[in-house]
Amino acid sequence: MTRFTAAFGKPRTALVAFITAGDGDTAANLDALVAGGADVIELGMPFTDPMADGPAIQAANLRSLAKGTTTADIFAIATLFRARHPDTPLVLMGYANPMTIRGDDWFAAECAKAGVDGVICVDIPAEEDPELGPALRAAGLDLIRLATPTTDTARLPAVLSGAGGFLYYVSVAGITGQQQAAQASIDEAVVRLKAATDLPVAVGFGVRTPEQAAQIARVADGVVVGSAFIDIIAEHGDAAAPYVETFTRSLVDAIHGAKEIAA
Amino acid sequence: MTDLPNSLRTGPDERGHFGQFGGRYVAETLMPLILDLERHYRAAQADPAFKAEFDYLLKHYVGRPSPLWFAERLTEHLGGAKIYLKREDLNHTGAHKINNCIGQILLAKRMGKTKIIAETGAGQHGVATATVAALFGLPCTIFMGAVDVARQQPNVFRMKLLGAEVVAVESGAKTLKDAMNEALRHWVANVHDTFYIIGTVAGPHPYPELVRDFQSVIGDEAREQILEAEGRLPDMLIAPVGGGSNAIGLFHPFLDDADVEIVGVEAAGEGLDGKHAASLAGGRPGILHGNKTYLLQDEDGQITEAHSISAGLDYPGIGPEHSWLHEIGRVRYEPVTDAEALASFQKLTKLEGIIPALESAHAIAAAERIAPTLGPDKIIIVNCSGRGDKDIFTVADALGVEL
Repeated sequence: MTRFTAAFGKPRTALVAFITAGDGDTAANLDALVAGGADVIELGMPFTDPMADGPAIQAANLRSLAKGTTTADIFAIATLFRARHPDTPLVLMGYANPMTIRGDDWFAAECAKAGVDGVICVDIPAEEDPELGPALRAAGLDLIRLATPTTDTARLPAVLSGAGGFLYYVSVAGITGQQQAAQASIDEAVVRLKAATDLPVAVGFGVRTPEQAAQIARVADGVVVGSAFIDIIAEHGDAAAPYVETFTRSLVDAIHGAKEIAA
Repeated sequence: MTDLPNSLRTGPDERGHFGQFGGRYVAETLMPLILDLERHYRAAQADPAFKAEFDYLLKHYVGRPSPLWFAERLTEHLGGAKIYLKREDLNHTGAHKINNCIGQILLAKRMGKTKIIAETGAGQHGVATATVAALFGLPCTIFMGAVDVARQQPNVFRMKLLGAEVVAVESGAKTLKDAMNEALRHWVANVHDTFYIIGTVAGPHPYPELVRDFQSVIGDEAREQILEAEGRLPDMLIAPVGGGSNAIGLFHPFLDDADVEIVGVEAAGEGLDGKHAASLAGGRPGILHGNKTYLLQDEDGQITEAHSISAGLDYPGIGPEHSWLHEIGRVRYEPVTDAEALASFQKLTKLEGIIPALESAHAIAAAERIAPTLGPDKIIIVNCSGRGDKDIFTVADALGVEL
């Protein structure tokens, strides 16, 4: 059993939490996410040109880079996280250039060494899978693919081929942290995706409140929250951890409640 | 296509790659649209009516063919090879950019898209896009870095007169690459009704291919014109390269003529050991804005800022086909500094009565370096890709003149 199957195998919907590496006190914030009950962690690799991100995560990328965060720092953060939290799945999420610049084999080997479970690369679609996919799979890592409202049924098999860990449904055609999708469109999409794959389906983009998370939790296997955590870190800087933990717990409580309603 | 199997003109492959370069490195949301664009482009290529409308607009609206001018006084002054200038500066809107905009807006119409967006650096592509949007009556939004908005006010005003909305981009370094990021962000949220007119031979496949095809009118004409003037092909082509659309437009029809030497000119800014925009000379392969190509970047793959006196060359990447032509050695890429371009800007103006764009002045500077080393029986075609009226404020500032 992988860490992913364990995390998504619990009798409730999983909370997938995203923060940007090197923005604020990352180690403390990661601990706060786990303490608050997050089931899966996505650790963002900062990039100078985060084309798929809205203003909140763009700013987090730039804050991190301005502090001098390097790729080596990110792997150090991941390695120490794995030592403290042996069971929580850790995903690196980011853009192709920082991931591939030293070679796909190098990146896959560093991920494996650091105890990373999976990778989400925003700008490597299924068509460019040879860039990173084979190296990650050979190193025993899951390549987590994104499906979107524009991913039609004809295209879905290509997206799912070589995918692992979970399927990340980007519920809005747009950038991170903006408007939320209509719940009916999410319900419809999750049903369609789950009919096409055995992978757990996590839904994200624009999910900012416990109420929204609870709505999604009624149908999805996971709920992804990112920009709302980034806002907390932007507001509280290096002292954000207690606020991160409180907010995490409020999301988890809402998600638990949703499952009870559904049951 | 009647290309021989060993032609250099058959790229990209079916996955959009030129060797290891190019490709479709975009978010999943955009992928279906990129595939749809490719399908529509293939259909347009096979449709004689599409080419007829393109040719009609180039002739009657843009004013093509642009002349091939024998620069006799410049040639005498340099005392070497004969220099011809391909006068893209005489096109409507003053540069080669319009060729591509005409082609893409016809595609937009074909695809039933009702809104146009584009990125711009100096504002030339923005003006060309706003122009065709006005001509076709489509609403148009131009993304431009806030720093560029401040230093290119005349072009901002032109775009507004043409009816475009200009969005000043405040993210990142607030210049061209950030404008492109923001245009991509807008596009991803509006894919259902919006067409993105990319201004150069970069971005995800099929953009580098279709922009090249629309710009190849430059080289097709030049080939015909030099055969008429001289009865033979030139010995050398020279063109400036930022993203590289004017250059690939001139080069592509000559790639299989092994006796034609081809030189692309990169902006070396303050020099290759200082701030510059020479992606091939000073960068290495990476992935940005939908394609794999040479990029200015640090050891972690973070993109670094480009610099050139010419805002149109001020971009940390280059079109993927240029990266490939560089790696296989078919095209030689040479750096030219701000100071050299500035000197050539003034020289061409005085000797030929032609004020070139600062971009084009980089190619003139390379010609000045090379022409004297060749005999008078040799022929060089230089792409005068745009006119320099837009640059007079920058040049005055560099020369310490107050306007």
